[in-house]
Parts: sequence; C-alpha cells; structure tokens
Amino acid sequence: MTSHKAKISSGNVGIVIVSHSPDVARGAADMVRQMVGDAIPLAWCGGAPGGGLGTNVEAILSAIERAWSEAGVAILVDLGGAETNSEMAVELLPEERRERVVICDAPVVEGAVMAGTEASAGSTLEQVRSTAEELRAR
Amino acid sequence: MQIDAELQHKLIGTVARCVIDHAEELTALDQAIGDGDHGINMKRGFDAVLADLDKTSALPVNEALKAVGMALVMKVGGASGPLYGTLFMTLGKAFPELPTRAGLAEAFSAAVDAVKMRGKSDVKMKTMLDVLVPVLETLRRSGGDLYAELRATAQWAAEATVPMQAVRGRASFLGARSVGHMDPGARSSWLMVEAVAGVLEGAQSMTGTDKDRAISR
Repeated sequence: MTSHKAKISSGNVGIVIVSHSPDVARGAADMVRQMVGDAIPLAWCGGAPGGGLGTNVEAILSAIERAWSEAGVAILVDLGGAETNSEMAVELLPEERRERVVICDAPVVEGAVMAGTEASAGSTLEQVRSTAEELRAR
Repeated sequence: MQIDAELQHKLIGTVARCVIDHAEELTALDQAIGDGDHGINMKRGFDAVLADLDKTSALPVNEALKAVGMALVMKVGGASGPLYGTLFMTLGKAFPELPTRAGLAEAFSAAVDAVKMRGKSDVKMKTMLDVLVPVLETLRRSGGDLYAELRATAQWAAEATVPMQAVRGRASFLGARSVGHMDPGARSSWLMVEAVAGVLEGAQSMTGTDKDRAISR
C-alpha cells in the first residue's frame, strides 16, 4: 500500500466523508488525497441544509453519486446525526446500489485515511471497511 | 369525522407551527444535554413542511404523511430528521383505509417500531421514544376522554425523561450529567401530540361526533 498517483480507477472502492462541519470533511478529504492521489473516487459533504453545522441527506446522496464505484462506496461519518442521515441516504438509494454501500464504524479522519489507502490497493468493500474499523479498538 | 383536506391542512399546519413556536425552548433543552441544534433543526424541517402545506394537504392522507416525512428527512439536518421523517413516512405507509382507533393504533405502532430501528433505540434511553411508546399505549387502551388522555400521557412521559440518564444520542456523551434535564426529543414529541390532540378535539366538538366515531370515517 504505497502512496501513488494513478488515474481514478472505477474498479477501486469509493470513499465518502460526512461530517457536521464542511471544514472537517474537506480537510479529511485533503488528507486522503495526499495519501492516495487520484487512485480512488472520493467525495465529501458537511453542514446542514441551508448552512450551519449538521448533515444533509441530499448532500450525502450526491456525494455517494460522485464517489460511485462498481466496487462500492465506504462512508465515514463523525457524530450520531451523520450516521443516522447516512443510513437514511443509503435507504433512499436505488435497490441495486444499496447493497454496495457501507457505513464504517470508525473515527472520521483516521478512518477515511485508512479506508482510502486500503481502497487504493484495489481491495474489496469488505476489506476497506474492516481496515477502517480496526481503528475502533485503538 | 373524515380526515379531509381542510382537517389535514389544520393538523399539519398546527403541528408545524407548534414546533416552530417552541424552537428556542427546544434549543435551550438541547444546549443543556446535547449539541444545541434541536430547535434550529426542527424549525428548518417544519418551515419546509409549512412551505408545502397547501400542496401536501391536498394529497390523500397517506401520501401527505409521507411528504411531511420526506421534507423532515431532507431538511432537518440532524438525527431528528431521519427519526421524525421515519415516523411520518411509516405512519403514511401503514395508514389504514378506514381510520378507526384500532387501525390508527396499528399504524402508529408500526411507525414507532420503525423509529426504534432507525435510532437503534428503545424506551428508557431518554429519547423521543419515551413519549411515543406511552402515547401508543394510551391510543390502544384509552377508555375515556382520548384527547385529554393523550395530552396527559405525552406530558408525564416527557417529564419522566428528566431523571433518566441518556443512553443514545449526543446526550449519552454526558453520562450521569444528562440526568436532571428533559430530553429535547421527548419535548418535541410531546408538542406534536398536544397539537394533534388539540386539533382533533376541536374538529370533533365542531361536528358533534361522539368519541368513538371521532377518528373513524
């Protein structure tokens, strides 16, 4: 898993970062990009509908669309509402996509970097999720 | 009494305005034990509901409930969006053809179960469920003045969240420090029950229908 810059491969799992704060989400995405370059589809969103801290189901749906990969999408979230809104967004996806999106139980910044690095190696969605979730016990 | 467009308009409008009017109180409660955004979030959601009120209340009741739920899901911006959104959307999905008391209780029960799933939560965790579940029981069992009993249940149930320690949601971060404050979600649920009971009671006294027929066509 060396950091490398490659063309975005639709074969790699996509990563979505959802934070209550757009600054946190953007910053976490910057860190992932620095690690893996363009090797994975990556999108972020943060903030409530109309602004302010919070999360937005519509924005999460659009981020999933931007980071879409046939290999699936792993979502990293910060606090409770981000998780609940992400679960809601996944349920609103077309049925054939729902199965290929997971929400990782991991800290948002570290989890995104770990998941992104794993995804850039061409790992499966399940591998990406479990790598991110290894951080839980730390 | 039929749930016609006029009554539907009044029900949705009154619930929305009641929550919006109490936004500051909800925020104050949430500042005590959460992240202080419940009032702002709920106001944003119900402002969106009010903006669509004329269109929504012209829909069949099940579609109207789903539309209210979807507006909350899309506009609230916090966990309460999917939670209340799921409540309304499931109520819409399960709404009986003939809204008898038993049929409504069934539908409300399905909606409460969906909220439990969405929030991975249950009673005694200091959440909106601590109001919704007792209200469901009253809807099932009330033998007397249904609307007065629903209001009373919602009130004691919300007040009963004060000494609880939060297990779910942001308030759970506070552990024992969450004790001593009413749960903001319990308060917003109480407000909605009070609004619905008030409107239905008013509609009933206007038409003079007896209680058992009050919520049946």
